[in-house]
Amino acid sequence: MKLATHYAYAVTIFLMVAGMFIIIARGNLIKKLIGLGIFQTSVYLLYVAPGKLIGGTAPIIDPAFEVYSNPLPHVLILTAIVVGVATLALGLAIAVRIREAYGTIEEDEILAAELAAVRES
Amino acid sequence: MIADHLPILQVVVPLLAGPAIVLLRHRQIAWGIATLASWAALAISIGIALQVADSGTISYAIGNWPPPWGIEYRIDALGAFVLVLVSLVGAVAMPYARTSIAAELPLEQEYLFYALYCLCFTGLLGMAATGDAFNLFVFMEISSLATYVLIALGRRRQALASAFQYLLMGTIGATFYVIGVGLLYLMTGTLNLADMAARLGQVADPRPLVAALSFITVGVGLKLAMFPLHQWLPNAYTYAPSVVTAFVAATATKVAIYVLIRFSYSIFGPTPFPLLVHFNDLLLVVSILAIVSMSLVALFQEDFKRMLAYSSVAQVGYILLGVSLANTSGLTAAVSHLFNHGITKGALFLLVGALALRAGSTRLADLSGIAARMPVTSFGIVLAGLSLIGVPGTAGFITKWYLVRAALERGSWGLAALIVATSLIAVAYVWRFVEVAYLRAPAPDLPRPGEAPLSMLVPAWLLVAACIWFGFETSFNVGYAAQAVQQLMAQVAR
Repeated sequence: MKLATHYAYAVTIFLMVAGMFIIIARGNLIKKLIGLGIFQTSVYLLYVAPGKLIGGTAPIIDPAFEVYSNPLPHVLILTAIVVGVATLALGLAIAVRIREAYGTIEEDEILAAELAAVRES
Repeated sequence: MIADHLPILQVVVPLLAGPAIVLLRHRQIAWGIATLASWAALAISIGIALQVADSGTISYAIGNWPPPWGIEYRIDALGAFVLVLVSLVGAVAMPYARTSIAAELPLEQEYLFYALYCLCFTGLLGMAATGDAFNLFVFMEISSLATYVLIALGRRRQALASAFQYLLMGTIGATFYVIGVGLLYLMTGTLNLADMAARLGQVADPRPLVAALSFITVGVGLKLAMFPLHQWLPNAYTYAPSVVTAFVAATATKVAIYVLIRFSYSIFGPTPFPLLVHFNDLLLVVSILAIVSMSLVALFQEDFKRMLAYSSVAQVGYILLGVSLANTSGLTAAVSHLFNHGITKGALFLLVGALALRAGSTRLADLSGIAARMPVTSFGIVLAGLSLIGVPGTAGFITKWYLVRAALERGSWGLAALIVATSLIAVAYVWRFVEVAYLRAPAPDLPRPGEAPLSMLVPAWLLVAACIWFGFETSFNVGYAAQAVQQLMAQVAR
């Protein structure tokens, strides 16, 4: 019953936890970025879902309608999506540079390379 | 006329400087524009601070859309205080950057550094100026994204790995902040901070508020390197270019702490639930752990820059300790330490940059006897180090004095003793530099022996002088801070 009425929240929480899990549990930098993307997406849903009222129309004042959906969350999330895209692009760019510098994008291999460098010096 | 528009100019001037630099693609002009923008920002922030002291909180409606519908810039004494800190550090760091960046970055990347600096600067100023929760998120991400790149500019490849780690943790932090703001938005239907605070007073069920406060605390905690969420900080500070470390260490974490204080006091303070009590209990534990463990970790570092980075986490602990004590002295210590620690760490990291330029390394082993070759730099580090410890006659002492007073007002002798004892650990790690630099024989072959160039020494010494100056002349870092605290406390009492 609760699950049916709170469907959007259930999906939000699932995406949030799944994204966090991928960030923590995966060593591949690209996979980490995918996890980060899923994690951010959950927030988009958290904002957008409550903006829609069942039976609500677009927020244009008209005597025929009384219930309006709130457009503000969509606008906010448009901004958040832009921020998310910028973050992803930057993350990928740094991952490319890491590949050039270390020859790998696996976290454990990067750490091993660092340890080896420390031992040598 | 123009005085009415200072709040927006504060943000727009550096924001326009960034793209202008990218369009002109010339490194000398880039440096000129960035420096002028920083100085203009400093002048504007001082103007705002005087205006706030004179006539109270400034409210500026962007595009003339009245708040709470439009975005409002709302600058009270605390905001003005943080604006002055950020723009002061920026204005000092930019003249320094010219030599330092020329030595550390490839020629063709230099103008990009200045563009990114301007964006980072914009974001930090915007966070302190805005009165809108979502606008704050956007500025937070502007400054953070620029900071990730600035850190990745470091010469060694570890800079890339640290920037990536910071990107992951910083983005998780920002997203947590947005979740918290989203919950508050669902509760109140507004994003204007003042409006939100007024409406939260009528909320009947505390549960969403607890969730929102938790998300915001953890999210902003990641940004401000609250123990144990500080994992990104030591690597990022160690491998970033010198001037980036100095600027980011002196400003970014401070602005994030400002956000935490803003939310905990101005937003959650007026709610009818005892949220702040639990918040402060948590903060107390976290800050004590930060101070003790991070001071000890700093003590055993082999790299001087890394040592100072760990010391930064400990110093953030002192600020949070002041916040958690939740009385006037404690908050005054916290707000004042934003500034005191900002200029102290700024001075130290700028001088460390000078060491890195001449000695080619910041490892303590490579710095032996450096005081004989670079007496001015080394002496500056000792003076700023005294301020880091909190010796009377320096800015750092002011904080410790108010912190101990706040602890005693709470009747907690143990806490007062702890503050003094951990200051002694700071003595120990600053002494490690003194021992290496002054008492050991100089290394036989420094790569480029000689004192650092004046263009680096003068800005760094300006901040060192400020550490001493603000230890005696406290009308700004205590007087103004006390005014800010008074406003905060009034909001909670309401």
